[in-house]
Amino acid sequence: MSQGQRTDHRRRGRGDSSPHPSRDRVLVLPGEELPSQGLKPGTGTYRVGGKVYSSILGLLSPQPPFVQVIPLSGRYIPKPNDVVIGTVTDCQGTFWLLDIGAPRWAPLHMTGTPWDVEIGETEKFLHVRDSVVVRVENLDPTGRIGVTMLGDGLGKLEGGTIVTVSPARIPRVVGRGGSMVETITRLTGAQVAVGQNGRVWINGSPDAILRASEALRLIEEQGQRRGLTERVESYLVSTSTSTDRGPEAAARESAHRDAPVTRVPPVGPADERPDPEALGPGPDEY
Amino acid sequence: MGSVGAKDVPVLLSPEGLRIDGRRLDELRPIRIEAGPLHQADGSAYVEWGANKVMAAVYGPREVHPRHLQQNNKAVIQCKYNMAAFSVDERKRPGLDRRSQEISKVIAEAFESVVFAEEFPRTSIDVYIEVLQANAGTRCAGLVAASVALADAGIPMVDLVPAVAVGKISGQIALDLKKEEDNFGEADLPMALVPQSGRLVLLQMEGHMTPDELSKALDLGVEGCKAIYAKMKQALRDRYTVDPLPAEAA
Repeated sequence: MSQGQRTDHRRRGRGDSSPHPSRDRVLVLPGEELPSQGLKPGTGTYRVGGKVYSSILGLLSPQPPFVQVIPLSGRYIPKPNDVVIGTVTDCQGTFWLLDIGAPRWAPLHMTGTPWDVEIGETEKFLHVRDSVVVRVENLDPTGRIGVTMLGDGLGKLEGGTIVTVSPARIPRVVGRGGSMVETITRLTGAQVAVGQNGRVWINGSPDAILRASEALRLIEEQGQRRGLTERVESYLVSTSTSTDRGPEAAARESAHRDAPVTRVPPVGPADERPDPEALGPGPDEY
Repeated sequence: MGSVGAKDVPVLLSPEGLRIDGRRLDELRPIRIEAGPLHQADGSAYVEWGANKVMAAVYGPREVHPRHLQQNNKAVIQCKYNMAAFSVDERKRPGLDRRSQEISKVIAEAFESVVFAEEFPRTSIDVYIEVLQANAGTRCAGLVAASVALADAGIPMVDLVPAVAVGKISGQIALDLKKEEDNFGEADLPMALVPQSGRLVLLQMEGHMTPDELSKALDLGVEGCKAIYAKMKQALRDRYTVDPLPAEAA
């Protein structure tokens, strides 16, 4: 049940022009027979007695020669080259174990980091509960997940906060060609890094973090509707007045960001302290 | 079931063929199913079935705890059925007892035969069922809730698993017993069905039935399961269908 894994929401999220799923796809539930004239069972389906049934809740999406179902919920299922945000759950002699929201923990070997790690000294670099941006490198049939920290935009996350959304919503968080992330960073002044596993790292002033997380909540709740970018934009604009943070303020703030942030997570010693000037009278707890 | 004097036994079936709550023999209690009420869990469901109130949460596939239960070729399905202390009118002593262990086991085994566990080796799919209010048939209500929660969690499986209990009251086969019928009736037969294949994945019996009564009860139960199946699907549809709100409306 693992063939046909090529087509998925991840590629759509990277800015190609496939239509949004909910407009032309049918919701199917486990056990429902699928129309499959001559098609082979793809992901999310099974075959009994010549008939193909859905095995998961999702959207029916025929991709000849396969009939397949795209999941609408569930844990993150890793795919090679996904950039994900993980949290260290264990430090071993030569590797760390990362929780990336997948069915299994992913080992990050010390050779997969830009650091010069001695055996037994992994804890000098990453501790339990530290968060990192890594790339899924290889998967094996037993479900083991290999990740690496070598590459552009990968590394340890300093400061900020991590918000979790459903992995199925990530294409909408990113937006077509990265438009949604761009909207959020522009209107809040926050730094945003999106992992394909549904974890979104936000850094900036408390107010920026608060508003960016609220925007993510909006996307999570209304991700299937049209005009989402506009709605998020109008929400962010409407909340910006209270703390003197319009597009101009955002532009001013972007001066303290290292680089314009798009889909690729920013890394390294990012500016941890929120800009003191940017601190509004907002609440401390966020 | 303690000993009860004969005159304490309520009349379970009226001469007109109505039960104590006015149902006919082949009628279910009203059911309401909600998919996805809990945000923390990977999948969840809440079921109100007559006076039963049951919440189910599913986590996983995830790392197995305790480790030694891990299986190299498939996911293990761990189920925990629990009744809240306040779920019955005489306080239920909290924690594991033989009854809840048994129910956890039979529900986990029911799901083992529908979930495609081989897709997630060395992981665990954890199913938690909390009975908040009990009025007979909680293992069926719990199984229904857990099944909807599994689908909500995106777990691949053959089908949803509807369940219902059939019983015998005043010598008649009756669908979906409520508490008094369960306590004072002659038999109770909970069952769970896989509609796609027509197989039963849970079947237990307490009390006595003749072979003829048993086959009648099975037929009635299968019909009941189909009605519940429709409600389960509707609950999931309601949760995942997009309301056609135009872009302008905020």
